[in-house]
Amino acid sequence: MTSPGSPQQVSPQADAGVLSADDMGRAVRRMAHEIVERGNLDQLVLLGIRTRGVPLAERLAAALLDIAGTHVPVGSLDTTLYRDDYASAGPRPLAETVVPVDVDGREVILADDVLYTGRTIRAAMDAVMDLGRPQAIRLAVLVDRGHRELPIRADYVGKNMPTAPEQSVRVRLVEIDGTDEVVVA
Amino acid sequence: MMKHLLSMEDLSAEDVTQILDTAAGFVDLGERTVKKVPTLRGRTVCNLFYEDSTRTRISFELAAKRLSADVLNFSAKGSSVSKGESLKDTALTLQAMGVDAIVLRHSESGAPLTLTQWVDAHVLNAGDGSHQHPTQALLDLFTIRQRFDRIEGLRVAIVGDVLHSRVARSLVQGLRTMDAEVTLVAPPTLAPPRPEAWGAAVSTDLDAVLDKTDVLYLLRVQRERMAQQFFPSPREYARLWGADRDRLARLPQGAIVMHPGPMNRGMEITAEVADAPNAVIGEQVRNGIAVRMSCLYLLLGGDG
Repeated sequence: MTSPGSPQQVSPQADAGVLSADDMGRAVRRMAHEIVERGNLDQLVLLGIRTRGVPLAERLAAALLDIAGTHVPVGSLDTTLYRDDYASAGPRPLAETVVPVDVDGREVILADDVLYTGRTIRAAMDAVMDLGRPQAIRLAVLVDRGHRELPIRADYVGKNMPTAPEQSVRVRLVEIDGTDEVVVA
Repeated sequence: MMKHLLSMEDLSAEDVTQILDTAAGFVDLGERTVKKVPTLRGRTVCNLFYEDSTRTRISFELAAKRLSADVLNFSAKGSSVSKGESLKDTALTLQAMGVDAIVLRHSESGAPLTLTQWVDAHVLNAGDGSHQHPTQALLDLFTIRQRFDRIEGLRVAIVGDVLHSRVARSLVQGLRTMDAEVTLVAPPTLAPPRPEAWGAAVSTDLDAVLDKTDVLYLLRVQRERMAQQFFPSPREYARLWGADRDRLARLPQGAIVMHPGPMNRGMEITAEVADAPNAVIGEQVRNGIAVRMSCLYLLLGGDG
């Protein structure tokens, strides 16, 4: 079905930029509007999943401040110690987890760049649970590329992007990569 | 990463840096309400201690438990070891029980290396004879780096029974690997005969090195050495090689005092120095757990 060159194939050309910097800015802003519509802003905390979820969480917080005038605290979450591939893939370097407020009773919004199998989000939810008892955990992702392996879905999606499993989706962010774009290869 | 942690000699500067960087990620965990992560769930770590060492044992035990491993404590006293079972038979028993890692403390230098020949488990040396105590050296390096943001170029004086000390031997190797300058200060009877092999300077005069010392590391005086007449009396030891208020005052600004514990207050260190703000002895203990978590985490990954 997905042999190279088959007409049904969803894959765009290799290395095509599928989301420009402008698209990305609009997507983040739209997600922020959806968060505002849901309300409860003063109980929110945004936790970016290392590495590229962190700038995304910061951008969402900036957009929320702009739209609603609310300062939503932003933190970062390293899921390394909660991953399910430690035995198979081996140890990975650890990054810092910074949680600016007590998560007890708060609504935590996890932010990540790409939602794929859902395994990182499972790890992130376990990591949050070890920090306290949030009132709710929501999920915001810039790109949902499908192919879930766990019953997980995002509450806020920048762009739904159908992909083939053998493709790779690369999100590049100015803060880390010097440029804003999403590339499918 | 290697399979076992036996000696500081086996570790490159990159290895040491990786272990210390990883340990930094575990320090905050000790401050949380839930001081536990699920990483080693289902793994079994055995603390096999042929010498008493409550501190090292509980530090390793906490490290393994905070990573969610199951922990067996097997000490020579009150076990089959006291009934004459050999290290080999104990090792084969643990092998048959399927333990994933063995933390070994033994009075014979080289026992951990020998153990690796009999078991599939990862072996971590928790002190062997007068040979090595690598996790102590690593937690000391971590504590130094935490205070100074570097190790390279620091001037470290290690004071006491250098000759018999596995702590000194491991730490000197680690410091040399990380390009620190080391001076060994010891009574003439307890100084190493061939200091050049250690890559360190040697002095018998503590007062002569104080003003050129960033890290003053005091070794524990082992009481049994006194019986063997390596030095005349505790009072004379304290007078010539002990850290007191006057000597503390002569260290450069920002210098720190370290001790691997347990301390003989009044002998190698006065109570005043032990409790001084630039003594980091409590930090060494705290960091010990994070460093041992780091070693377990790095060694046991990728087994599945």
